[in-house]
Amino acid sequence: MYPIIKQMLRTGIKTETPPEADESLRTVQQRLQEDILRHFGRALAIRHVDAGSCNGCDLEIHCLNNPYYNIEGLGISFVASPRHADMLLVTGPAAKNMEIALRRTYDAAPEPKLVVALGDCGCGKGIYGENYASCGGIANIIPVDVAVPGCPPTPAAIMQGILTAISKSKNN
Amino acid sequence: MNNFPVQLNELKTAIPTWHSTVDSAGFRAACATIREHGGRLIALWGSDERARGQGFALHAALMDAPGLICLSLPLAAENPAYPSIIDIFPAATRMQRAVYDLLGILAKDSPDTRKWLRHGAWPEDQFPLRKEFDLKQQYPLSGDAYPFVTVTGNGVHEIPVGPVHAGTIEPGHFRFSVIGERVLRLEERLGYKHKGVEKLAETMTIEQGAKLAGRISGDSTVAYAWAYAMAAESLASFTPEPRAVWLRALLLERERIANHLGDLGYLGNDVALAFGFAQFWRLKEDWLRCNQAVFGHRYLMDSIVPGGVTVDLKASDHGHLIKQGDLLEREVRTLRDIYEEHAGAQDRFVTTGRVKPDLAANLGLTGLAGRASAQSWDLRAQYPSAPYDQLDVRMATHRNGDVAARLIVRFEEVFESLRLCRLILDRMPGGTVFTPLPPAPDNAFGIGMVEGWRGEVLMALHSGKDNRIERLHPHDPSWLNWPLLEHAIIGNIVPDFPLINKSFNLSYSGQDL
Ligand code: SF4
Repeated sequence: MYPIIKQMLRTGIKTETPPEADESLRTVQQRLQEDILRHFGRALAIRHVDAGSCNGCDLEIHCLNNPYYNIEGLGISFVASPRHADMLLVTGPAAKNMEIALRRTYDAAPEPKLVVALGDCGCGKGIYGENYASCGGIANIIPVDVAVPGCPPTPAAIMQGILTAISKSKNN
Repeated sequence: MNNFPVQLNELKTAIPTWHSTVDSAGFRAACATIREHGGRLIALWGSDERARGQGFALHAALMDAPGLICLSLPLAAENPAYPSIIDIFPAATRMQRAVYDLLGILAKDSPDTRKWLRHGAWPEDQFPLRKEFDLKQQYPLSGDAYPFVTVTGNGVHEIPVGPVHAGTIEPGHFRFSVIGERVLRLEERLGYKHKGVEKLAETMTIEQGAKLAGRISGDSTVAYAWAYAMAAESLASFTPEPRAVWLRALLLERERIANHLGDLGYLGNDVALAFGFAQFWRLKEDWLRCNQAVFGHRYLMDSIVPGGVTVDLKASDHGHLIKQGDLLEREVRTLRDIYEEHAGAQDRFVTTGRVKPDLAANLGLTGLAGRASAQSWDLRAQYPSAPYDQLDVRMATHRNGDVAARLIVRFEEVFESLRLCRLILDRMPGGTVFTPLPPAPDNAFGIGMVEGWRGEVLMALHSGKDNRIERLHPHDPSWLNWPLLEHAIIGNIVPDFPLINKSFNLSYSGQDL
């Protein structure tokens, strides 16, 4: 146990005034935390659906859990079932072979549900386009509240996208 | 090469490669000879050659001691078929099924002719990689009945999982047959991410293909982009500038380190060592930010193109990168000691998800997972292309084939890659980093292969007129390793599946294409 504690102390607390030492992003984090509290009064539950990405966008979702972005600390938890989800975070173009699974996941999430589509692919501007095996952007299959461009979008941009979706829904 | 059943012609490419056009008998004889030598099947793909006044063709890439051997088997334009080779290389099974789904080329006498990539996205009698098939044509989803193999017996029940998973994992379907918590059998079904990559490539020029190559499996963007560039350069008989290949190796080792750090963190997480996750993912984030600062992209996408690289180092980057590497090495050594001494974690790692060396050899387990099961293949050590020919790569291997072995190999490879990064930074020659490629000749064949972090990434490229891509086949090492995951879980308990799966960390996107 001792080496673990020593390493922890040496590392210190990494969580940024996230992400980067950038003022606008510090605001994003603060607002995210406040909005989740005000709007949900509990953690925001997100279900990730990879509908056909190259795995690049997914790598950045993994990073949200690292100590720098510490997304759980902001009151966001990734849940194992769409039935517990307030929001679907969707990566990739919608592969045709994923069309049914994507629709089903959407239908299984309780109302009101938010959908954030990630990456140039999720936005419908990705390299794969629309073809016999790719339906293109996520909005071609399910309603999308916010689309976050980037190839892949940075963790900071993903956090901003989640925040935008929450505030949009709140103002409606 | 002597004593080989077919005539071989040497290809000009960065690793020793021979090509041969064979008939059916020669095809099987060559496969059998390579198998006897202890060689392996790497990839199998098909092509439509009818526009050139021929029929179809089947191609195979195999690894034998002297290097890579590519076989092409011309087939009829009507009802193309070839003799199955799964009796020689069981690893060919899924590849043969995919070749049928995409081209309608049939493997005769194969016991398994179920669909693999098709699902319900296009009709059974349509084949996307045939030239008359329209890339943009969308068909209504047809029914997707799939005959899983069922296990019967007292107390056996099935647990279907996926395609959408509980965590942030790519989509795929796993069907477990269990008694109590013990797994009797696992059957995988993949192909959910098929997005028409190979067909799409045929609408592109060789130059445009680089961007697509870097998006076949995002975690291996450097390996794919390099393998693609190597294939394009071999087509054009072009040798990139020395500084460009040294930079490519630096990028490839940085990609290996980033992925290994992430996996080491997750392996800790999966045995309730959340501390390990936080530590390794903090280190990974630092590493990615350094990529962004020095090379302009966290994952290094689009930095390798045919003709060279699009990034360069400034004089001031050298010291910074050396220092960062030294720092990382110290941190990872500390963490390795902690992992090694953590009884609870070791208890979960050791003997879990074991693939014994003989099974690994029989089914062709490759790359990092292969090396953890005593399969000593590493292109960087055995067929070192520049600059690896000057770096003397030390291959990491282990015999136990369990989660612990795959963990140890990752640790060792992080240290070795850090050593390589240091050497590369110190010895990198000056000069330019990019020279435009001369146009590719029509109807030429090029091949590239790179040892990515997961294993060998292969790119087979066939040129058309006006510098266009006639056919591109990217091949991920996961094709070979997915079937072994089905074996690794047998006899383990279902709750250990996430840990075992993570210890392989295979690509879905790379095999679904
Ligand atoms: S946006 Fe880029 S990183 Fe994300 S899935 Fe598409 S190609 Fe991959």
